[in-house]
Amino acid sequence: MRSFRQFKYLTVATAAAAAFSVSVQAETLRLLTWGGYAPQDVVEQFEKETGIEVKITLSNNEDMISKLRATRGSGFDLAQPSQDRIVSAQADFDIYKPMDMSKIETAQIIPSMLAATEKNTQFEGEVYGVPHVWGTSGLIVNRKAAGTIKDYTDLCDDSLSGSVSYRLKRPTLIGFAFALGEDPFAAYGDTEKYQAILDKVEKKLTECKPNVKAYWSGGDALLNLMRSGEVSAAMAWDAGGWKLNAENPDIAFVAPSSGALGWIDTFVLPRKTKAEEAAYKWINFVMQPEVAARITESAGNFTAAKGSDEFVNDTLKAQFKESFPQADLDNINWYPPVPAGLEEMEGKVLDRVKAAN
Amino acid sequence: MSGEPGNVNRTQYRLGFWLLLAPIVLWLSLLIILPHIDMVLVSLRERIASRQYGFSLSNYTAFFTEPLYWNTFVRTAVMSVIATLLTLIIAFPVSFYIAKVLTGRPKIALFILCLIPFWVSELVRTYGWMILLRETGLISGALQWFGLADQPVEMLYNDVAIMVGLIYTSMLFMVVPLVTTLDSLDNSLIEAGYDLGGSSLHVMKSIVIPHAMPGIMSGCIVVFMLTLGNYLTPTLLGGKDSLWFTEQIYTQFITRFNWEQGAAFGILLLVLSSLIVWLGLKITKQSFTRVMS
Repeated sequence: MRSFRQFKYLTVATAAAAAFSVSVQAETLRLLTWGGYAPQDVVEQFEKETGIEVKITLSNNEDMISKLRATRGSGFDLAQPSQDRIVSAQADFDIYKPMDMSKIETAQIIPSMLAATEKNTQFEGEVYGVPHVWGTSGLIVNRKAAGTIKDYTDLCDDSLSGSVSYRLKRPTLIGFAFALGEDPFAAYGDTEKYQAILDKVEKKLTECKPNVKAYWSGGDALLNLMRSGEVSAAMAWDAGGWKLNAENPDIAFVAPSSGALGWIDTFVLPRKTKAEEAAYKWINFVMQPEVAARITESAGNFTAAKGSDEFVNDTLKAQFKESFPQADLDNINWYPPVPAGLEEMEGKVLDRVKAAN
Repeated sequence: MSGEPGNVNRTQYRLGFWLLLAPIVLWLSLLIILPHIDMVLVSLRERIASRQYGFSLSNYTAFFTEPLYWNTFVRTAVMSVIATLLTLIIAFPVSFYIAKVLTGRPKIALFILCLIPFWVSELVRTYGWMILLRETGLISGALQWFGLADQPVEMLYNDVAIMVGLIYTSMLFMVVPLVTTLDSLDNSLIEAGYDLGGSSLHVMKSIVIPHAMPGIMSGCIVVFMLTLGNYLTPTLLGGKDSLWFTEQIYTQFITRFNWEQGAAFGILLLVLSSLIVWLGLKITKQSFTRVMS
């Protein structure tokens, strides 16, 4: 009996201690982000300085929206979708919360990017996004095997039969549309015209199918295909190309002649965020030039933080210059916000391309 | 008065019965039945405008009118049936050997050998196959080294690769029920078959297989359902032409944000696969209760 009573006291004591520890335990910030955007050393420094624990979930654009849609905007305190995918998701699913720009140290952010994101993520008069990391999609080319590749449609060249890879996702449709001489962004508001462009792209992608080794879906899978030489040209992100270039100088990222596709990943508050203050702290923390440079090193892409270029290593800067001479930099096609309903049309095209023989 | 103790016993018994039943009832209703009802409801909606949905059957009609979806389902079903039959053909001799030929330690050892691959996750096993089959992979390298091929051979990204992966993944689920039913077959029956002058083929056909039929069917049902619902293997090993129905469901839910269509596909998969299993039982003249007992 005595031992039982002791046990009882012990249980009560442990329970109390547990409850207490929960109440004094540090705040946590649940971050829904991309691989490389929250490197370990940055997280550790943030935890040390603020006492806020950071929990990271890696994701991509579609997955972020789906996750937040399933929980109606809860489960995470800060998310990082691309700026063009915010308004339509907010219109359809109401999963985000407007940003309080007065809590952001806007002086740390490159003004043109801040303005562009502010404009593109506005819904019913409120701003939802703050720019973080930006980059492009273009071509990764093995110059020994496929030196002639200049544009997306060159991937369909007969000489590259069976050694090409791209994704079956919307950037591929957009890229091919530009390479075919169309301007899909200008047709965003005109469903009929957009469908006509999509039909043209569908035809091209179907013709191009014999050239494709495999449609890639994960970035690492593509890097492996390029590394092993099984694929000699691919449509992919610039950071992947620079990573491969560092390992093998023959492989390089090339900005296509019809223009690389520019994206900006942002910070957005999920509607039921539980650590809003912590989220603002994190944004202001990672936008410091020196911290932003460390994120650039880990993600391979540059950030919207003012003056962080100075802290970035020379290899990456040289690679960037080589891939983007000034003319190519001006030629980048930046994604405007996607109107709701467009992705359904694109989905049908992608399905048909996949099923075509 | 005399009836009272009996009543108490009966109520106690009843209470115990319900208490024991409660976990499974809760499990079924909360995790399986309720979500499925919700799925049915979602599948009957259609997006009219932002945040506005109306009742519609269009998600179901889309399945039958859009040849792509229908073809994908047929392809998935046919490949799953083939995978199931191939698994049976490979697993039957193995199970017979384990159950009837071996005894003692070797029997257990072989059984465990069948089990061991399942100690690692399906993802790791599938990546293993990718390392073996890819153009710069082990098998391609070995073929070149032996001089059987003069250039790298690509064995990944096609339907055969999917088939190999599926069979490998489902082998255990065929071997276990087969070994169990074959174990329960009295050896003297086989001996009697031979004593009465039956050939090996005859004994197999009229004694062993009829006895093992419930095991064969339950193995087939499990393997068929597992391959039909498999997502990882077809996506990772399959090529640019490979379509798999679960992949279509995933795409609708995650990349197209079209939960309504995805839910309709989910319900259709459930109904159509149940129908195929029912057909299989009818053709082989087996009853579901006997197969599952």
